[in-house]
Amino acid sequence: MVDQDLADLDTLGSDQPLLVAQSLSKSFGRIAACRDVSFALYPGEVLAIVGESGSGKSTLLQMLSGQLAPSAGHVSYRMRDGVTRDLTTLGEAERRFLFRTDWGFVHQDPAQGLRMAVSAGANVGERLMAVGWNHYGRIRETASDWLTRVEIDVARIDDAPRTYSGGMRQRLQIARNLVTEPRLVFMDEPTGGLDVSVQARLLDLVRSLVAELHLAVIIVTHDLAVARLLSHRVMVMKGGRVIETGLTDQVLDDPREPYTQLLVSSILPP
Amino acid sequence: MTAMIDVADARKTFTMHLQGGIELPVVRGVTFHVNPGECVVLSGPSGAGKSSILKMIFGNYRCDSGRIGIRHRGTVVDLATAEPRQVLNIRRSTIGYVSQFLRAVPRVATIDVVAEPLIVNGLARPDAQHRAGALLHRLSIPERLWQLPPATFSGGEQQRVNIARGFISDLPVLLLDEPTASLDAANRAVVVELVAEKKRQGVAMVAIVHDDEIRHLIADRIVDVTSFAAAA
Repeated sequence: MVDQDLADLDTLGSDQPLLVAQSLSKSFGRIAACRDVSFALYPGEVLAIVGESGSGKSTLLQMLSGQLAPSAGHVSYRMRDGVTRDLTTLGEAERRFLFRTDWGFVHQDPAQGLRMAVSAGANVGERLMAVGWNHYGRIRETASDWLTRVEIDVARIDDAPRTYSGGMRQRLQIARNLVTEPRLVFMDEPTGGLDVSVQARLLDLVRSLVAELHLAVIIVTHDLAVARLLSHRVMVMKGGRVIETGLTDQVLDDPREPYTQLLVSSILPP
Repeated sequence: MTAMIDVADARKTFTMHLQGGIELPVVRGVTFHVNPGECVVLSGPSGAGKSSILKMIFGNYRCDSGRIGIRHRGTVVDLATAEPRQVLNIRRSTIGYVSQFLRAVPRVATIDVVAEPLIVNGLARPDAQHRAGALLHRLSIPERLWQLPPATFSGGEQQRVNIARGFISDLPVLLLDEPTASLDAANRAVVVELVAEKKRQGVAMVAIVHDDEIRHLIADRIVDVTSFAAAA
């Protein structure tokens, strides 16, 4: 039924949300891709956004991560200095800095999140250099350490990710994102293109890293098993709207809306 | 009154939208309380709603109406209306659930599966593992298996790992869903002892037990769920 929860939500010492979405909407011409979405995300909390293709979940993720300007509504984020800022008022440089330091973004296709022709070590080290690290030895040591944490043989540190398997690439992308110790990571179908056995290993790894590092995560997935394993809370989207939201095990074990019941009943038994 | 669990007039109906919106009434008017150190056993035939009530108390099933009062860190919280974050906090520090089946986390060693609830609540890993080992030992899980993930174990072994994980914590409320279902006599006796120890520590428990003998051994009170049967 329910996994006892790993996350330590109230010793994180924060009753203040990290990210708040207020009435977010996005239209492309006459098509409303996302309508009136509001929620608050707290430090250490994992929120899954589920729904089928075209439900608006990816549009929502792009707005939340400041990559797409909303047609209406706001996203605010509490910066490391404790000041809450509206993302639309951030300059391009500030937004990029946030992305390099306090945020991570794990793409479905690792080729989008990695530089495929440079070594694995450089892929991880690059994020450190972007935040001012300049000691080659320390960068390499930290990169090796992160490769180990994501279960990549350190002997492969000088190989480019194009020589890696799909699962290894995805684990490398995760290392590259987590090396700067972000507080919030966006994930877009992180297990999407992987074989089932590879998925299980990746999910297990993500689950333990999230708990260990007290990461807040917003994960977009169409796979309810991924939502169940990783998330505390789930939002079900359909036609650009959030139709049901709540504690993950509650929504999945006791779904209320017809569409959520359909999604849940469509899972093949294990 | 200092009840740990105070359920008042709780009601649950499933609406099956995929079956033409059929309403499936489960329970209504569920009202009972559990004091510290007390084990209340829910009785009634299969399908009467015993497991549903247990899941409502854990916040896994939502209530349509009524109240699920839980004493959490000195104040009473209504789980039927609590925010998800609050429900998670209550599960971490107040309510434990021991189900029949272990939802095993792949690749995690048995000893750590059992120790995890203590580690999450701040106990140092070696101390937590020490207590986990003692409990696994009592439940006859041989030490050579402790470093293996329980996914490879037999059904009975997995259930005992699950019981160890459920009973290791110091949570003041425990919900037991057929904890002895597929255990042999010796291990059933260990579970009865564990329940008795929890009572002495003041833990409030709600249990579903089909075995009459075990029920007589652990129940302080029996709540007959058929009286909450929802009129179809």
